[in-house]
Amino acid sequence: MNFLDKHKENLKAFSKQTEKSKMVTPVDIPDGVFVKCDRCEASLYEKVMKKNNYVCPVCQNHFRIDVNTRLKMIVDDESFKELDSSLMSTNPLSMPGYEMKILSAVNKTKRKNAFISGAAKIAGIEVAIGVLDSYFMMGSMGSVVGEKVTRLIEFSIKESLPLIIFSASGGARMQEGIFSLMQMAKTTAALNRLDDSKGLFISVLTHPTTGGVAASFASLGDINIAEKSSLIGFAGPRVIKQTIREELPKGFQTAEFQENHGQVDIVVHRQDLKKTLYNILKLHVGDRS
Amino acid sequence: MSAYEKVKLARHPKRPTSKQVIKKLFPDFIELKGDRQFKDDPSIVGGIGSIEGIPVTIIGQEKGVNTKDKIYHNFGMPHPEGYRKAIRLMLQAEKFQRPIISFIDTPGAYPGLGAEARGQAQAIANNLKVMMGLKTTIIVVVLSEGGSGGALAIGVGDLIMMFENSVYAILSPEGFASILYKDSKRAKEAAEIMKITAKDLKELGIIDEIIKEGQGLHIDPEIGISQLKMSLIDALKRLSRKPIRRKLISRYQKFRQIGLYVEGEEDESTN
Repeated sequence: MNFLDKHKENLKAFSKQTEKSKMVTPVDIPDGVFVKCDRCEASLYEKVMKKNNYVCPVCQNHFRIDVNTRLKMIVDDESFKELDSSLMSTNPLSMPGYEMKILSAVNKTKRKNAFISGAAKIAGIEVAIGVLDSYFMMGSMGSVVGEKVTRLIEFSIKESLPLIIFSASGGARMQEGIFSLMQMAKTTAALNRLDDSKGLFISVLTHPTTGGVAASFASLGDINIAEKSSLIGFAGPRVIKQTIREELPKGFQTAEFQENHGQVDIVVHRQDLKKTLYNILKLHVGDRS
Repeated sequence: MSAYEKVKLARHPKRPTSKQVIKKLFPDFIELKGDRQFKDDPSIVGGIGSIEGIPVTIIGQEKGVNTKDKIYHNFGMPHPEGYRKAIRLMLQAEKFQRPIISFIDTPGAYPGLGAEARGQAQAIANNLKVMMGLKTTIIVVVLSEGGSGGALAIGVGDLIMMFENSVYAILSPEGFASILYKDSKRAKEAAEIMKITAKDLKELGIIDEIIKEGQGLHIDPEIGISQLKMSLIDALKRLSRKPIRRKLISRYQKFRQIGLYVEGEEDESTN
């Protein structure tokens, strides 16, 4: 190692140290003022994060956001009119503990189910829009999510509105067994009818979109958009690792991986999502007569 | 018989695989290979043949019979090219107005690097959508093991039959137990709660018909296969009389109505 390299090494070590020292919280700072990026571990002001659409300014990691935050970013103020908000899961297999899981998700999210759908406007253009809530049992799809997605698709057909679905899901909801599996067929059946009516479907895949949701409606957009830094795939990384018994390559199943492999049309940064949606929408409205 | 005993029967080494059943039912079967895009996936076999003089397209997930054969067929776990081959042959069936008979026997779609890179999710999703609108008769037969979206991807149809000792589930009982109980050894317990047997699924309205097996396909396949043959011929005749438009509506309704939920008063909009 020559002198210059050594100097660089020292600098690196020093800056690492200072970075670490920045993270030490000196006095009592109330909870919720700082958030830590789970990718680059930078400590960030929550206020700054909010302004930055919950994207880490250091490494561009997109933080998980709730449905309200998502809708606020995408749809025009006061334009969202919710549909089918009252649907709730039953326990068809009598799985012990399932009701409690639902109730705690209801308490946490203040909503009755994991898919929030309705009519809204995006820069003045009316759309049918739905958002899977990753805070509600990982956005998993059981009877309720399947029914609501299907109803939203049917609504978009009936009202001749472009359809936009934001997915974030661990897949089919295991607790409802075969009923969950069949929601894959049900939702795609409705999309088949949307095709017949020449309706536009923009699928936005966000972190994470896997399993039965990825393998049904979420992959079937006329245009598939992946939000930057999302994990997208059929099988989860853990399952694949167990199966092939080797380390997964770097960047496997990222939004960019899916773009490179031809599975999504565009990877979009969160701050550009609304504009991108609008730009696509304006090329389609008026097409349906 | 408990559900877990059915799981064991469904995976019994002596139970005939799709290829063996196809050979018995359609002696003139011609295998047609490849997805025309990437390669041939031997975990799904497909082709044409006839039953009682009726030409049909046949699709079947194949697990293989001995170690070497099992490896060749990837234990019946398809890659995207398998699903794409299946849909290519189904679209061909639509063109020639041939009914489709699809045999399910898979633990699930293969979870691997190549499968993901080539769009496993997209391949499954696309099959579901295309099958839903396919303008020809589709009969699905769950032969032994129907596991997850990997089974459903060739499982949309006008009539779903299940062999008496087959199982059909969102995931294997082992996988289910490992996710929900964090312990794959509790598979037996999981199997009992999951409602995966032909009887359970008929009661729930997920499938339409149970094919009797006599002593069991693993002991004497002749009885079960001849039962299936009768049911298939009957169904083909019945469905051929139904106009395609009506068939598509019934097919849609069949899947549209699946799901259990409660619906209350509409809430005030929260946004």
